[in-house]
Amino acid sequence: MTSTPHEAPGSEAATREAAAALTGVETTARSVAEAAAQPAAGITGAQSLVRSLEAVGVDVVFGIPGGAILPAYDPLFDSHVRHVLVRHEQGAGHAATGYAQATGRVGVCMATSGPGATNLVTPLADAYMDSVPVVAITGQVPSAAIGTDAFQEADIRGITMPITKHNFLVTHAEEIPQRIAEAFHLAATGRPGPVLVDIPKDVLQATTDFAWPPRLDLPGYKPTTRPHGKQVREAAGLIAGARRPVLYVGGGVLKARATEELAALAALTGAPVVTTLMARGAFPDSSPQHLGMPGMHGTVAAVTALQKADLIVALGARFDDRVTGQLSSFAPEALVVHADIDPAEIGKNRKADVPIVGDAKETIAQLVEALRAEHEAGRTPDLTAWWAQLDDWRRRYPLGYDWPEDGTLSPQYVIERLGAIAGPDAIYTSGVGQHQMWAAQFIAYEKPGTWLNSGGLGTMGYAVPAAMGAKYGCPETTVWAIDGDGCFQMTNQELATCAIEGIPVKVAVINNGNLGMVRQWQTLFYEGRYSNTRLHARNADGTPKPVRIPDFVALAEALGCVGLRCETKEEVDAVIQKAMEIDDAPVVIDFVVGADAQVWPMVAAGASNDDILAARDLRPVFGDGQV
Amino acid sequence: MSRHTLSVLVENKSGVLARVSALFSRRGFNIESLAVGPTENPDLSRMTIVVDAESQPLEQITKQLNKLVEIIKIVELDGGAAVQRELLLVKVRAPMAERTQVLQTAELFRARVVDVNPDTVTLEATGTPDKLQALLAVLAPLGIKEIAQSGTVALGRGPRAMSGAGTLRPVERTA
Repeated sequence: MTSTPHEAPGSEAATREAAAALTGVETTARSVAEAAAQPAAGITGAQSLVRSLEAVGVDVVFGIPGGAILPAYDPLFDSHVRHVLVRHEQGAGHAATGYAQATGRVGVCMATSGPGATNLVTPLADAYMDSVPVVAITGQVPSAAIGTDAFQEADIRGITMPITKHNFLVTHAEEIPQRIAEAFHLAATGRPGPVLVDIPKDVLQATTDFAWPPRLDLPGYKPTTRPHGKQVREAAGLIAGARRPVLYVGGGVLKARATEELAALAALTGAPVVTTLMARGAFPDSSPQHLGMPGMHGTVAAVTALQKADLIVALGARFDDRVTGQLSSFAPEALVVHADIDPAEIGKNRKADVPIVGDAKETIAQLVEALRAEHEAGRTPDLTAWWAQLDDWRRRYPLGYDWPEDGTLSPQYVIERLGAIAGPDAIYTSGVGQHQMWAAQFIAYEKPGTWLNSGGLGTMGYAVPAAMGAKYGCPETTVWAIDGDGCFQMTNQELATCAIEGIPVKVAVINNGNLGMVRQWQTLFYEGRYSNTRLHARNADGTPKPVRIPDFVALAEALGCVGLRCETKEEVDAVIQKAMEIDDAPVVIDFVVGADAQVWPMVAAGASNDDILAARDLRPVFGDGQV
Repeated sequence: MSRHTLSVLVENKSGVLARVSALFSRRGFNIESLAVGPTENPDLSRMTIVVDAESQPLEQITKQLNKLVEIIKIVELDGGAAVQRELLLVKVRAPMAERTQVLQTAELFRARVVDVNPDTVTLEATGTPDKLQALLAVLAPLGIKEIAQSGTVALGRGPRAMSGAGTLRPVERTA
């Protein structure tokens, strides 16, 4: 053995602290956790499970009961842990993710065996790709029935192995507290991620004793959080000497709550900052140092800054294909400092000249110190020429959009106004597609945790349940789901949950009657052959029928929400204002927009970032007067 | 491509083999051979994995393996610094007229006869993959009816072990 299992702290105060640290739950939940941490003898596995959830500081579980998990729902009925009864397990999983992303705590979802568990597969894969701390608890058929193709049996541990950070099949009731503690520890520490705990029904029904805190036995799990000082100094040296540096900020900065440190680093370097789709809000959009989002639909300035940089400082980012475009031609002149908590990300896609493994908060803080030392030694780079170049790109190719020629409502305008009226304090979630890109482009994010979306997996249907989870976790905050009509039809059933459970989210359906992003690609790359992307009712010749299927206003009302509709520019502000005033029910606004609006700028899939188009047929001229 | 032998200490728990093999398949890494067995510590198993990869993909393989929670330690055992063995069972056609030739070949390769009948002889041989390939090449003209071959198992040469005092240096966790 090369390491000893690490012990959870022993004293009661330490227990509370550990519980709070694991889940981020503050004082109110602490007394609950403290009470739950009392030992108990002769209780059921199910009671032990609920006690464990209480002790670890869980305040809400999103889920649906069923046969195998049923024993757990009985003690849950009396628990301080609130259970939100969703309408589909996928909703439970995304709600847990939205809750975790908005609050920084571990999100929890629960489902029964078989189909209940398999319905969690999409949200678990989603949370895995976006490194969101989620714990899923699933019932399993009784131990004796495992492997017999029993009713509602599915090997959910096997199924979720590639899409969870780790998973457990609990075989004895005595293990329950330990497995729950380990699951929360794994989910929340290192590179966060989803962890699934599968518990057979007979284990939930068995008699056991409960003691807290349990001993964690994870000898192979030792995330590196402290960066290597030499690497940090080397990185600082490169920054001090760079003439065209860019700070490439990814979601890891938000996960590590390192936005203050990032602000300090940005101020000290004076370097341009780009924030990826997963990092919107990590650095204020209002800062003149912020060039916006890089990648396939990033700003010309952000994409080109990376492309022409002589130094890229990647902080909690992973050189995703949607950021780099064609990898072989990405940022050809740049040296790379790559800081990430996951060593496997470093060098995976792009070779790192200075790798730094560590927690982003600690890494950036040390980087600031090391860079200060460089400056004190007289090494301060002059970025004037670089900024002149960047400002020129920014001035010539700002984000923008044209009004549809057919007089229909511009979706970008709707989203822009929504961002302006709801403001930087609101939380915005989105589905996947054109509306997601516009929401990332045209809303100004100023604060961490205000932009939640499905970045890595690209899960349509994420917005509504994620908004539900976020609103539950942040009840005082306005939460807007910006959704497309395609996405909305995948998960809108959770609005019934929101209406009944008192979770007043707001939904802006950007309704263009089409699977808009796919349609855009068909327009650009498939000669406008709109194969299976039209969602609206249509005549035999393909022209739209003047009938709304579904009628989103009527649908909203059927689900217990307020339904509003907006079809003209003049109505936009008023309808958003009206929605903002409603706080006792979920609101859905059906924004009927044009079908032909497109997301620009764009780097075509597989193309080089050098070939970014600022708008259709508009290739930027970079004037290669290199600085 | 080049062959690398990874010796991997893992927790002795159900599902670990599935995690490791699934990781290889989903990340598109090639396994040439994989052998799993107990160790001196009942809580740990050792997997000896031979992979075909250049050094950069190999680094990615070990980093991804290291992320598996139940993997304790990974050491790369390179040719000269390690003893590597495979076990081969081979059933060879051996009618009386040709039997001597089979037995002489067995002797040359220090293979043992473990089953005999009027038509065939089954040999057991251990050695490096190269030696076993050579044995098979010599036996092939005589008529091989069936073979069963293990994956490579390996231990580092010298006094150091993967666990305990004076341990072998693990493949870097940090980049």
